[in-house]
Amino acid sequence: MEMINIALPKGRLGEAVYARFKAAGYPCPAIEEENRKLIFENPAAGVRYFWVKPSDVAIYVERGAADIGVAGRDILLEYAPDVYELADLGLGKCRMCVAAKKDFRDDLDRTLRVATKFPHIAARYYSARSRQIDIIKLNGSIEIAPILGLSDVIVDIVETGKTLLENDLEPRETIVPISARLIANKVSYKFKHEQISRLCEKTAPAETIR
Amino acid sequence: MDRILRPDERAGLALRELYHRHGYQPYRMSKFEAYDLYVRNKSFLVSENIITFTDTNGQLMALKPDVTLSIVKNAPPAGGALQKVYYHENVYRTSPAAMGYREIMQTGLECTGALDLFAMGEVLALAAQSLALLNGGEYLLDLGHMGFVSGLLEGQEDSVRAELLTEMGRKNAPAIRTACAQASIGHDLAEALCRLALLYGTPDQVLPQLKDLPQGPGVRAALEELESLCALLRDRGLADRLRLDFSIVNDMNYYTGVIFRGYLPGLPSGVLAGGRYDNLLRRMGKQGGAIGFAVYLDQLERLAGGSEFDVDTLLLYDASDDPAAVTRLAEELMGQGKTVRAERNAPQGLRYRELVRFGEGGQG
Repeated sequence: MEMINIALPKGRLGEAVYARFKAAGYPCPAIEEENRKLIFENPAAGVRYFWVKPSDVAIYVERGAADIGVAGRDILLEYAPDVYELADLGLGKCRMCVAAKKDFRDDLDRTLRVATKFPHIAARYYSARSRQIDIIKLNGSIEIAPILGLSDVIVDIVETGKTLLENDLEPRETIVPISARLIANKVSYKFKHEQISRLCEKTAPAETIR
Repeated sequence: MDRILRPDERAGLALRELYHRHGYQPYRMSKFEAYDLYVRNKSFLVSENIITFTDTNGQLMALKPDVTLSIVKNAPPAGGALQKVYYHENVYRTSPAAMGYREIMQTGLECTGALDLFAMGEVLALAAQSLALLNGGEYLLDLGHMGFVSGLLEGQEDSVRAELLTEMGRKNAPAIRTACAQASIGHDLAEALCRLALLYGTPDQVLPQLKDLPQGPGVRAALEELESLCALLRDRGLADRLRLDFSIVNDMNYYTGVIFRGYLPGLPSGVLAGGRYDNLLRRMGKQGGAIGFAVYLDQLERLAGGSEFDVDTLLLYDASDDPAAVTRLAEELMGQGKTVRAERNAPQGLRYRELVRFGEGGQG
């Protein structure tokens, strides 16, 4: 049987996803050992896992280096990769929000300055509202931007809101709810259809795939 | 001759031979066309960016991003006899991966006019045979039909349809449900769209399931046509590698009937794309139907293969050797059908099958 190549996002989400896959019958003992390896195989279960940067999962899958992968909806919305989104795994739930300083008042006469890691999502959201914005693309520590006056608001992922609160910011609008999605390369899905559908059925909550 | 051809060149020749054998006529076009043609049909194009320049007479020209538009433009206006043509042309498109324009070699065919079941079946069979040619018989041909979605989504707004088509293309059932809820589309219809998007399998597996869809006139006609085409392909022994997939969808302003994609194992995206696009004809004021497909030959370089040797024979000689005698030996080896590289020292990194030293082995 041909192996399924699975790209997992490094970090907490990836570990939760692996736990789900393991429970569904796709364990890989090597992955649980403490080491610095990047690729782990379990030929008996027909799986090969590898850890990649969360924002790169979609690229590995789109290009077929991975047959399937797990990526946050934020990544899928931002990069719009050409892949199948087979299921909502219901893990890593959070939301994409607009946040601002507590005392910020939006002045509709002025171009809104938006700091974000997700320029496409931000641009689409505001263009649907016909609002002119100035996008400031940052790669991390987005919360500092409004505090230092670099931007008026930020568009970022909010899980508990604790980081925002501690920095005197608050979520203002929810753009879209986020959770981890099982994605598949379009061609792998066809040539390894049986294996991938079986894995999908076993790992995803039933209501999200049918 | 065969060994100097790259896989894409070899495939290009084999495909043209195949289409020619079926009576398709070659279609040649110039590298440029008036920009006007493309701008009026922008959303038909795969990428909307076009390389333009001004011709000596001041007319704005474009490097062709597509061949189909020109063929349809030049198709006979009355839908009487069929026009069957094939082409082998470069097109210029942007691709996100290249971060700029890219030249892509396309081979394909178009059949326009009064289409019937035979003509459609022939085009589908040629698509399947093209895929078989590219990779020694390992391929999948996915077949869908726009009639189902357009039947189900009749009367919906353009923006709603566009969003649903995108999500169907991703087989994203949760998003289809959300989009339906936002557009106040009823539960039954939403579930039908989800089922349709997730269907995948051989005609025998999938055709019976299509009967459960809400049966409007559009859906019924599409189902009938699909059943007949699947039967035709089965008769020709092409059903094994045929899969029905209704997540292949395309702009409804152009595409009307069957729509198909071809895939080879080991290539991360499709190598063949085609469909029926009667509406494009209508937009250009012509009667009849049109169906065709294109094979993206640039993808083939990713297929495994290629020789493990650069030359068959490395012929080494010394400064003292007689050049005429070296020539004679080299000619003799070439006469045996080998490729021969003659030098005094072995070039670094050259992969050769055998090493012959001039003057050794009694040949010199």
